[in-house]
Amino acid sequence: MIQQTALKESPLDELHRRLGAKMVSFAGWSLPLQFAGIIEEHAAVRQTVGIFDISHMGRFFVTGPDASRLIRRAVTYNVCRLQAGQAHYAVMCREDGGIIDDVFVYCLAPDRLLVVGNAVNAETDRDQVALLIEPGMQAAIEDVQSRTVMVAVQGPESEDLLATTLAGAVVRTLPRHGCTEFELLGSPAFIAQSGYTGENGYEVIVEAGRAHAIWQSLLAARAQPCGLGARDTLRLEAALLLYGSDIDTATNPFEAGLGWLADLDDEPFVGREALRRLKEQGVSRQLVCLKATDKGIMRSGFPVLHEGETVGRVTSGGFSPTLGISIGMAYVPPQLAGVGTALSVDVRGRPLSVTVVRRPFYKRPG
Amino acid sequence: MASNPRDRRYTREHEWVMLRDGEALAGITDFAQEQLGDLVYFDLPDPGKQVRQNEKLGEVESVKAVSEIYAPISGEVVEVNPKISDTPEVVNRDPYGEGWLLKLKPADPKEFDKLLSAEEYDALVATAGAEH
Repeated sequence: MIQQTALKESPLDELHRRLGAKMVSFAGWSLPLQFAGIIEEHAAVRQTVGIFDISHMGRFFVTGPDASRLIRRAVTYNVCRLQAGQAHYAVMCREDGGIIDDVFVYCLAPDRLLVVGNAVNAETDRDQVALLIEPGMQAAIEDVQSRTVMVAVQGPESEDLLATTLAGAVVRTLPRHGCTEFELLGSPAFIAQSGYTGENGYEVIVEAGRAHAIWQSLLAARAQPCGLGARDTLRLEAALLLYGSDIDTATNPFEAGLGWLADLDDEPFVGREALRRLKEQGVSRQLVCLKATDKGIMRSGFPVLHEGETVGRVTSGGFSPTLGISIGMAYVPPQLAGVGTALSVDVRGRPLSVTVVRRPFYKRPG
Repeated sequence: MASNPRDRRYTREHEWVMLRDGEALAGITDFAQEQLGDLVYFDLPDPGKQVRQNEKLGEVESVKAVSEIYAPISGEVVEVNPKISDTPEVVNRDPYGEGWLLKLKPADPKEFDKLLSAEEYDALVATAGAEH
């Protein structure tokens, strides 16, 4: 039976509509697809600064003396290594090594960590960590998704914008992937140097009651509001993975190029035995970056061909505003994964010539 | 919703066509470009190709998605707008002027008369717009 449920709305929903955003449903949420237009928003993030409402992202605090130890059991990366103020990308796997989610773990203090995951997996991530609490473990989970707003400020001018509007000196002193808690408009807030665009940028979490004030203040400082459309073109150029498209429970970290996140030799975690085995076996396919050498657009799901044979499928694809040509990612056999390999993508019956290129497609200058 | 130019006719699939000196100029409507968003690539037939009314003429790719374009009338393709290959955004900017797509030699002028008038198309778009 299909259960009809209302779409969740961000605390900023009404403001987005008032700004004339085109809304779409995504992972159970009603969210802006675009404001001024995807290409204009994309360019703002690459050249100046753009702001994104990312309140749909899953987020929960894990607190208590065993907080790190608990999260460590759920993710491939050894988060016990993180010092206060540091953060790291990590993968949550099933026992068979399949990917449950890719998450960011922020260490605010040894007994206070924040886990941010994908909207579609918000409950799964939280429940997976909760499931791993053992008797005697001192750790508590606090899901803050529904009572906070989360905003990403991204682009070369993001630091200046935040320094002059909301975060003052706090933003100036944040190191790469650094995170801290501070007071914002009289409310406790979280800020980290992180993002999903390939530019320098920050992510801020504050209670929902401050959402309007914060968004308005960023808009007043002439930041470009951006929607999911630009979020996708930006992350694809930066070759950042999208859960549900590039990775899912049927893919493992090694084939997705996330093997560097697997610490297999210290404490145990869910999926370690499977990942050890998979590492030893080697991969049967590899996620590669494809760049079109002709006009035409590869999209998710299109077959990838080599000498007329289907060798894989595009997992993410589209038009790169920065490069002016189509780009995408696909899983292909390792012998076809080398940079420079010529392949083609079946675009509704017509072949589009593509080349395997180095990851990422776009790297910020400097 | 702004009204559409009165000097041409429209299809339910959001193409327009205009007769001029025995030739037909065709494109996509303002509503279509607005719905599609930033346009990045057109796949259109080469001159000389015979097309039939309501059959697939080509494709338009926006950043978001791909859509099909249907022939508003039957005839032979005479010219494809040379501007849209390098600057497809001209169709976003000016869908009824600089952003035309094709010139056709009409096979049957009566087909033109059966298309939607500007008033009828305005009404169609007003209904479609209300759904969004």
